[in-house]
Amino acid sequence: MQITSPRFKQNAREALADPQLQKAMGNVRGGFIDKRQAAIDALPEFDALRDNARAIKDHTLANLDLYLEAYEAKVRAAGGFVHWAETAEDARNVILDICRAAGARTVTKGKSMITEEIGLNEFFEKNGVSPVETDLGEYIIQLRGEHPSHIIAPAVHLNKEQVEEDFRRVHDHLPAARDLSEPEALLGEARRVLRAKYFDADVGITGANFLVAETGSSIIVTNEGNGDLTQILPKVHIVLASLEKIVPTLEDAAQILRVLARSATGQDMSVYTTVSTGPRRPGDPDGPEEYHVVLLDNGRSSMLGTEFQDMLRCIRCGACMNHCPVYHEIGGHAYGWVYPGPMGAVLTPALIGVDKAGHLPNASTFCGRCESVCPMRIPLPKMMRHWREREFERGLNPATARGGLKFWAFFAKRPRLYRLATSMAVPVLSLLGGRKGRFRSLPLAGGWTKYRDLPAPESRTFMQQWHGRETSKQETGGKQGAAR
Amino acid sequence: MNGREVILGKVRKSLGGGHNDAARLAAIEARLARPPKGVIPERGQLDDKARRRLFIAMAEKVSASVKQVKSYDDVPKAVAEYLRSRNLPAAIRIGNDRRLVKLPWTSQRALEIKHGPSDGDDEAGVSHAFGAIAESGTLVLTSGGDNPTTINFLPEHHIVVVDAKDVAGDMESVLSRLRRKYGKGEMPRTLNFITGPSRSGDIEQKLLLGAHGPRALHVILVGG
Ligand code: SF4
Repeated sequence: MQITSPRFKQNAREALADPQLQKAMGNVRGGFIDKRQAAIDALPEFDALRDNARAIKDHTLANLDLYLEAYEAKVRAAGGFVHWAETAEDARNVILDICRAAGARTVTKGKSMITEEIGLNEFFEKNGVSPVETDLGEYIIQLRGEHPSHIIAPAVHLNKEQVEEDFRRVHDHLPAARDLSEPEALLGEARRVLRAKYFDADVGITGANFLVAETGSSIIVTNEGNGDLTQILPKVHIVLASLEKIVPTLEDAAQILRVLARSATGQDMSVYTTVSTGPRRPGDPDGPEEYHVVLLDNGRSSMLGTEFQDMLRCIRCGACMNHCPVYHEIGGHAYGWVYPGPMGAVLTPALIGVDKAGHLPNASTFCGRCESVCPMRIPLPKMMRHWREREFERGLNPATARGGLKFWAFFAKRPRLYRLATSMAVPVLSLLGGRKGRFRSLPLAGGWTKYRDLPAPESRTFMQQWHGRETSKQETGGKQGAAR
Repeated sequence: MNGREVILGKVRKSLGGGHNDAARLAAIEARLARPPKGVIPERGQLDDKARRRLFIAMAEKVSASVKQVKSYDDVPKAVAEYLRSRNLPAAIRIGNDRRLVKLPWTSQRALEIKHGPSDGDDEAGVSHAFGAIAESGTLVLTSGGDNPTTINFLPEHHIVVVDAKDVAGDMESVLSRLRRKYGKGEMPRTLNFITGPSRSGDIEQKLLLGAHGPRALHVILVGG
């Protein structure tokens, strides 16, 4: 996939001027946030589970080499194969080899961001294998030749009229007079078209939300059931997963699953949580005959032991982007590569280089919402600041930005002053922000609002947040979600 | 194997390189041998009756339908009634699970029963669950000839029979039972946790039932 992160500012400007995108992004600002909150309010142990989820991943990362070895031994004992891929290119080649050995012409794919990361579809097409995305959102964007704009809702940037147009264009064997005006009809049509493809495919590729060292299992979490049909119908199931997906035991996976679905979609559990171990057993009437896991490094091992290690706890729930005022305004494509939103602003520079993605860590208002909702308690704003500092050190910033950063650092290093300055600014800002709650321009902050809308603090919640930060120092166990 | 050595070498180097390995190894082996349970939500920690009630409520909340019957002998009738109520043909697909095969299906004269994995043309499939989880209204199914995994996904309607005795409060209890059945560290090829019928929110974030898996999930809870 072509990287457009270096022209982030241009991307963002275009996104702000795109009426279809602006309409579709309204769906993000609504649903996700309320559903997540309701699910969390119904589970008093949510914060304790978050703490435990963080501890599980920290323990795993500190022993990653040993858990990877234990995991590999179990996969092999169950009759599966493990392939280690240091780079995206290695992973593409291994996967193509497996497909060729299986004589595969058609490959179905469950939703997998890692296959996006390694550019698998383009590579397949160049090599005579036809990839079929089966997740509804992924299918839609594949028809359009686009890439996901959200890690769990890949087509969130589209409206139903756009989908209808694509279905009419591509499904041209169907009667032109059919009614596709409602999402139900679109879903039904995609279901029928894709059913046939599952049976045609020789290989099915899925990602993994977890790899379990105890059992050598891979786990995927979906709502549609496409990931299951993708792996049980073809002869060969390939799992592509990055190193940090490992957890020690099934119980550890169960702990993290409880925070994953709630943070992602506000469900207690996703509809299908599927644990796959090896190929079908003797006597099994269905399931794949071969099971391969491709373990991808692609930069992860270099994040270990650095100030970016915490990012490897990420379980790709999407909560940080669902709550990000910048993401709300510009959508996912503006970030210019696979991973958008706050998690992308931290991960992308690590994976493709700060020289290409150096603008992304600036795409933040430092409002702190991403960290406050992250189920794995990843300090996203802090890590964005680390990137800014690195970029600053490398002198990649224009002179004015360097000046701005110095100014900001002056305050940041003096928390009292910073709080005072913001608390004074808040009421003024919310007055100026007016109804829309966003600033397209702001006196004295031209350098900022030229490229970004500054969210007008919704003065009550913002103030509460600052207040909460003060009081939570004295009390223990404050309400979840307050900035910690 | 080259990639393997390179990656593991990089990971070890980033982690501070090789010292302490014996202690680390002992720690992970202990954890793998005795998985810590972690935080178990209070929600499912109930007596038998209340736990089953919670399971039903949670399953219905995610758009599954639930029918309680007194004994296994009542299952064929419950299946036939479900098919009639949905205007479905009187035909089902089942695997070899003895708990299903030996039921008095002949009491439902018109009912056609196909055995084996689903070929994609079945309107309704019937599976027997390994267990269920009250905390989230989840069904737990294991692959194999008894209950082929294709029956969980290809039919339009999935009917799942659960023994009330197997309704656990939390996921961890089901995992312990799985270990007892399959052996420590061993698993069936596919273990499915199913929470409601298939759905998608991919078009304008509007939630619609019946994406690629079953449009409807019907639970028959036996006993209790
Ligand atoms: S950074 Fe946190 S909130 Fe964002 S996707 Fe990862 S786990 Fe979810």
